[in-house]
Amino acid sequence: MSFRQALESDKFLVTAEIGPGKGTDTGVLLEDASILKDRVDAINVTDMQSSVMRLGSLAVCHLLTDMGIDPVLQVTCRDRNRLALQADLLSAWVLGIRNVLALTGDHPTLGDHPQAKPVFDLDSVSLLEVIGKLNGGADMVGNELKGATDFLPGAVVNPGADTEAALDLQIIKMEKKMEAGARFFQTQAIYDLDLFAKFMRRVEGYKTKILGGVILLKSAGMARFMNKNVAGVFVPEYLIKEMTETKDKAKTSIEIAARLVKGMKDLCQGVHIMAIGWEKRVPHVLDEAEL
Amino acid sequence: MIIATQKDLAEIKHMIAPYKKVLIVGCGMCMTFCSAGGPDEVARLAENLATDREGLTVEKGMIPRQCSDKFIDRLEEKIQDYEAILSMACGNGVQAVARRFPDKRVLPALNTQFIGIEQEPGVWTEMCMACGDCILGRTAGVCPVTRCAKGLLNGPCGGSQEGKCEVSKDRPCAWQEIYHGLKRLGLLDYLRGETQIKGWAVHPGRVIREELKAKEG
Repeated sequence: MSFRQALESDKFLVTAEIGPGKGTDTGVLLEDASILKDRVDAINVTDMQSSVMRLGSLAVCHLLTDMGIDPVLQVTCRDRNRLALQADLLSAWVLGIRNVLALTGDHPTLGDHPQAKPVFDLDSVSLLEVIGKLNGGADMVGNELKGATDFLPGAVVNPGADTEAALDLQIIKMEKKMEAGARFFQTQAIYDLDLFAKFMRRVEGYKTKILGGVILLKSAGMARFMNKNVAGVFVPEYLIKEMTETKDKAKTSIEIAARLVKGMKDLCQGVHIMAIGWEKRVPHVLDEAEL
Repeated sequence: MIIATQKDLAEIKHMIAPYKKVLIVGCGMCMTFCSAGGPDEVARLAENLATDREGLTVEKGMIPRQCSDKFIDRLEEKIQDYEAILSMACGNGVQAVARRFPDKRVLPALNTQFIGIEQEPGVWTEMCMACGDCILGRTAGVCPVTRCAKGLLNGPCGGSQEGKCEVSKDRPCAWQEIYHGLKRLGLLDYLRGETQIKGWAVHPGRVIREELKAKEG
């Protein structure tokens, strides 16, 4: 079943994520993808995550389609202007890529080429509109295409935005993304299901599918780091304690992730698991969550 | 106003190294107001350079504006005695002087930063990119093109933390400022509606007003 078919069914959706590395060695990356293959509805491929120069998302997505995996091409507006974005989208389509996640992208100052000129010619909302135009057979200025695309467009939302203003802005922007054509949302990592439930109540009735984000906690240190440095991610103290006191970090990490996935079954329409190097453990999480 | 900062003294010394007679010229407009190239800064730079090496003559000069030929003309006689002009104007002023005196060496003593304001003594903030298509009426007087690090037009990215921008904790998230401004005015609906896509003006920019041209002719 393709990701689109899964999305259009009543199935609880499961997506995972892989991040291309720095270089041309795809060994571990594709091994991780093959481990995830039969357990997920789609695999996202990140687009130079954290603004660090890496192997490109487009090429890796193409390799995944060759393996019979339905990839989600993550596209950020950080590095390409409107011409390059549209050209890459057309390229993705002819290479067999069918799902796109439209993102603004981190600022280059956060990555390993901080002197780079940021582009941000479009943003996530306008990129979604452009995808809609390409699907309709024209480029963003209305020139007719010889051969259209038919992408399934998605976007992200951060339910854990840390101030009232930030959360209001997230929701207003989410509505704009839906109007611009987003058919599904993958969220930033969630560790507090009560907070997530509160967010889900605010977006109740929205005609879209929401996949709650799950990041595997590798250690208490990682949790503290995210609390301090990652916008909108809040790991409650009791989870940090659990990770501190455990003798088997991997086992506890899987248990915590599985609890979160189980909890999300009643809250939203799917989960998006970001294992960040622990991709091989994702099947254990899904087993434990009975998915 | 235009905000600039003085170049490192070492860089300035390196630039003027080939010359024995240098005229430092300050600017009475923005550079005076942003304390980068006014009379005080001209005097200080002249003092710092004068003792640098033997045989170097440094003279001070000041004109009300370096971006207007009307004032640049006042330099005409004086500069004949100097090999180089060290301009303490913004990049615009340096170019205007260089254009007016194509046979003279005109050197920049400042690094021009941006169009901005003095937020508090010693702190300047960029406010306008002169993008040619002002949307401040929709954004409660806060320019996201300039003050959002990503120049986003349809709302914030997900990177702000505690109301601060993802590029630096000492910068407010422009979109949160826009949000608070619009909320105060009861205009939050301005955040909704049509997707905004920026049209970029062609650079180098040019403004032509036929009615004014005609008047001159």
